[in-house]
Amino acid sequence: MVYLTRKAEFSASHYYHNPAFSPEENRRIFGKCNNPNGHGHNYTLEVTVKGEVDPRSGFVVDLKQLKEVMHREVLDAMDHRFLNKEVPEFTHQVPTTENIAIAIWQRLSTKLDRAKLHRVRVYETSDLFVDFYGEA
Amino acid sequence: MKAYLSRRYLFSASHRLHSEAMSEAENQSTYGKCNNPHGHGHNYIVEVTVSGPVDEKTGMVCNLTDLDGFIEREVLARYGHENLNTIKEFTNEVPTTENLCIQIYEIVQRGFHSAHLERVRLEETMMNSFEYAGKSEALR
Repeated sequence: MVYLTRKAEFSASHYYHNPAFSPEENRRIFGKCNNPNGHGHNYTLEVTVKGEVDPRSGFVVDLKQLKEVMHREVLDAMDHRFLNKEVPEFTHQVPTTENIAIAIWQRLSTKLDRAKLHRVRVYETSDLFVDFYGEA
Repeated sequence: MKAYLSRRYLFSASHRLHSEAMSEAENQSTYGKCNNPHGHGHNYIVEVTVSGPVDEKTGMVCNLTDLDGFIEREVLARYGHENLNTIKEFTNEVPTTENLCIQIYEIVQRGFHSAHLERVRLEETMMNSFEYAGKSEALR
């Protein structure tokens, strides 16, 4: 089994707010992230796939195809967007780094041909990142 | 759904690697420059990984301000701008980055209960790092 990781970057804005909470609860739980006008990050996405090396091509996965899938499914939807308003997953879910990693996993996992998705890692900043392995 | 959240923190500290169980010559050959009696320092980066189900209401594994507050109080305030050899746990133990990594893991394991501690990774310099996950072997 060989693991292959492809990186990408996207920039987006978001804010944290749950309509089920009172305004005070929202402010207490989410702090500065609750500002309804939003704030932004440069996210770094790392997608790791795993598989056996194809004896003919020497590839685990065609990197070009992986790059295209990442662009189509993730970057086209999230890059330079206001996540709360423009990405369907986040109209009813708080766009935390945890939920972004899960949404990206769900967008990619059924779209890959040969290789199996192993891990989605999303860096919100260089000092904060979330890993999701598709665990229930 | 279970996710893993990692957070990196910086602190600076000095230390000297020297074992009372070794002769001067052995200390010198084992620790080399790190055995300098006056000590030397590093900018350490500690990377803490916690895991748990993502809370449906908050979208979080745990509130980052809780983790930041805990690490600030219990780890950064304890080791930042200190000479590690003078800290209680290193009076009888060599303050290698291995031992420091284990100590930080134990502090978080004992005191932080908002999420499950997966591992502590400690970078001594950009070129070397150490990871400890307690008794569990499986590092992801």
